[in-house]
Formats: sequence, structure tokens, C-alpha cells
Amino acid sequence: MAGAPHLEGRALACTRGMATLFRDVSFVLDAGEWLAVRGANGSGKTTLLRCVAGLTRSEAGTVERSGDFIYAGHLAAINDDLDAAENLKSLLALRGVDAPAPAIDAAIDRVGLAKRRMLPARRLSAGQRRRIGLARLALDPAPIWILDEPLTALDDAGRSLFEELLHAHVRAGGLALVATHHDLAPVPARELRIGA
Amino acid sequence: MNAVANAAPPIASSGSVGAGFGWSFVRDLTLAWRHPGETVLVVAFYALVASLFPLGVGAEPQLLARIGPGIIWVCALLAAFLSLPALFATDYADGMLEQMVLSPHPMPAWVAGKIVAHWVASGLPLTVLSPLLGLQYGLDTATLGTLALALLLGTPILSLLGAACSALTLGARGGGMLLALLALPLFVPVLIFGAGAADAAASGLGAAPHLSLLGAGLILAAMAVPFAIAAAIRIALD
Repeated sequence: MAGAPHLEGRALACTRGMATLFRDVSFVLDAGEWLAVRGANGSGKTTLLRCVAGLTRSEAGTVERSGDFIYAGHLAAINDDLDAAENLKSLLALRGVDAPAPAIDAAIDRVGLAKRRMLPARRLSAGQRRRIGLARLALDPAPIWILDEPLTALDDAGRSLFEELLHAHVRAGGLALVATHHDLAPVPARELRIGA
Repeated sequence: MNAVANAAPPIASSGSVGAGFGWSFVRDLTLAWRHPGETVLVVAFYALVASLFPLGVGAEPQLLARIGPGIIWVCALLAAFLSLPALFATDYADGMLEQMVLSPHPMPAWVAGKIVAHWVASGLPLTVLSPLLGLQYGLDTATLGTLALALLLGTPILSLLGAACSALTLGARGGGMLLALLALPLFVPVLIFGAGAADAAASGLGAAPHLSLLGAGLILAAMAVPFAIAAAIRIALD
């Protein structure tokens, strides 16, 4: 990783079908900051995040990223037939992260899935599946996080766990772009409101 | 609480063709191994349908030997088609496909890994089983060998073309039917040269031209299809 992570969007615009979701959205994020993306349902938060991650093409504007990033969207990318550790290993291996087994076990313990370790993900609840995603955040060294509604289906303990992870990430010089309706504990450096 | 942070720092590496291919190949084979039912279903369908024809058309040895290779090819083609709809759809539905697109590995690499895994779990068993089914049609040894060889070259083409169609129909409603309409016509050349090879061998003409054409088709498809699929997946996710 060369230098500090940086994430910048300049004059982004996006239309879906006939409707203009947003136009002229700009933001800058540097190491140690996180930005909360706010907006009503359907205002284009998800689309903005997908644009920034490079999954969706934006109508106009540019995105500048320096540093590895992980994107976690509405779909948790958890395979039903693999257990928590296998899912985690698979997600990390895909990004070329070589996490040793003890680290994976520790992360699973930390997110409270120790007793569910051997179950295939189809037998986990929605919140428990989300927690696998939290374990991934704990293990992946990517300095840039792009997270879409990370608190969906999580209980209070899950929420404070996420806040803890976000806090540690930002303190360690990472940055995060998070679409959320909640007021999270590490106060965001800035807020980005999109939609009318 | 902080055990995770201290438990040996994970290392992120940059992407590579080999790592991307290996990742998806191992993952898909693991999943296929977890659920052998799907492979068993494909093979059972293949064996069953191929065994129904002799019962249907009567036990005339000459007729059976004449139509055998063609029927086995059609059955292999339909059986290979059975497992195609789920090839990308599962990963698409659970969000894994997004993560794969965002991974540092080149897209054609992991796409190729998925296709090879699909072939190992469907095309390869069909090929291995074909001499056994050929015996039901009273095919001679030379024809059986040619049939198996033609399937060995042809079934990977089916996996490649089928995967391309599967990627094109991602997110479409009624994707399964659409996939059939899209993929089956594309399989026609493979069927013609594949069944033609065994026919030529049976009539003593030599199957080399047919097999060469199948081989050429395989090389062409293997070079072009992973790139086409990468483009199709990008469109589906956009």
C-alpha cells in the first residue's frame, strides 16, 4: 500500500431509467475519516456507493480511489452451503488476504458465532449472517470501506460491535463511506445528503 | 476482545490470473462436492434418457448402431444444459458475484475457473459414462472410443457456450426458458461435428477431420468466452 488512503468523488451523477437519482454529488475522504451518506429510501444511496465501488457506471463525474477497498452491499455474499469459517475464508481469499485459521476463529468468536461455527449458513439467522460480514471487516486489512446499511438485521450488541470496528478502523488510519440511517458512535467527519 | 487485531497480521496480495482461477475452481468444486445430488441428477438423467431410446425404437441392432452416437450426443447436450441455469445465478443472488467482480483478480480468470469446475462436475462424468451407454446401442470398440474422444472435446465447448448464455440471462425473468432458447441453437455445430465423428468412425472413414474441428472450436471458445462472460456480468450488475 503506497501512501495514505484517499477516496474522492467529483460531481457524480446517476440516472436510473427516466429518473435522475442524484447529480453533482462530491465528497472527499482522507485517512482517519468516515463519511455518513444520508438520504430517504430510494434517494440513491446504494447507487452512489455502487458507483464509488465501480460496480455501476455513473452518468458523469469521476471517482478517485487510492488504496484497497472492500464493498459490502445489501447482499451479504454468504453462501448457504458453507459454514461461517468457510465463508469468511472464501471472502478473504478472494481478495488475496491470507488469514491464518486462529485469526479466523478469533474473529468468529468475537462476532458471537462461536457456537454456530459448524452450521451451514442456511441455518443462521439474518443477523448472524450479517455478523459474518462484521468478522470480515475485522480481518481484512483494506484501508477503504464502502458499506451499505451495515446495521441491517443487527441487534444492539451487533451494532456496538460494528461501532467498535469502525472506531478501530478509523483510528488505524482507514477511511469509510457508510450509507446509514443511524447515528453511529464515532461521529462522522462529514455527512453527505443526497436526494431532494 | 482484541485477540483479532493481534493474531498475526493478514497480508493482502495483488490479484493474479492463477489465483483467481484457482479460487473459483476450488470453491465451485467444493460446493459441488457438498451437494453431489446435482451431479448425480445430471448423470442419471443422461443415462435414463439414453436408455429409453432403445426401448422406444425397438431392438434392431443395425438401426440402434446407426442412431446411437447421435442420441448419446443429444442426451449429453441436454444433460449438460441441466446444471447451467445455476452456474452464475446462485452467486448473483447472494451477492458473491459483486465481490468477485470487485476482487483484484482479472475477471476472465475466475470466470474460467468456474467453467472448468462446471465441466469437471458435469461434462467429464458424461464423457466417462458414454462408452457404457454406447454398448446399449451395440457400437463397436472403435466407434465407442471415437464417441468418448469427441465428447471429451465437445463437452467443454458446451460448458463454455452454456456459461456465456447463463451469464447473458442473469437477472432476466424466466431465465431458464430463455437460456434454453439461447443455448440450444448454439450447441448445434458441436452436435453436428461430435455425432459426425462417431458416424465417420462407424463407417470406417476416419474421424480425424471432425475431431480437429471440435478441437479448433474448443480453442476458439476457450479464448473468447471468458472475456465475453466478463462483459455480460458487468452489464448484469450495472
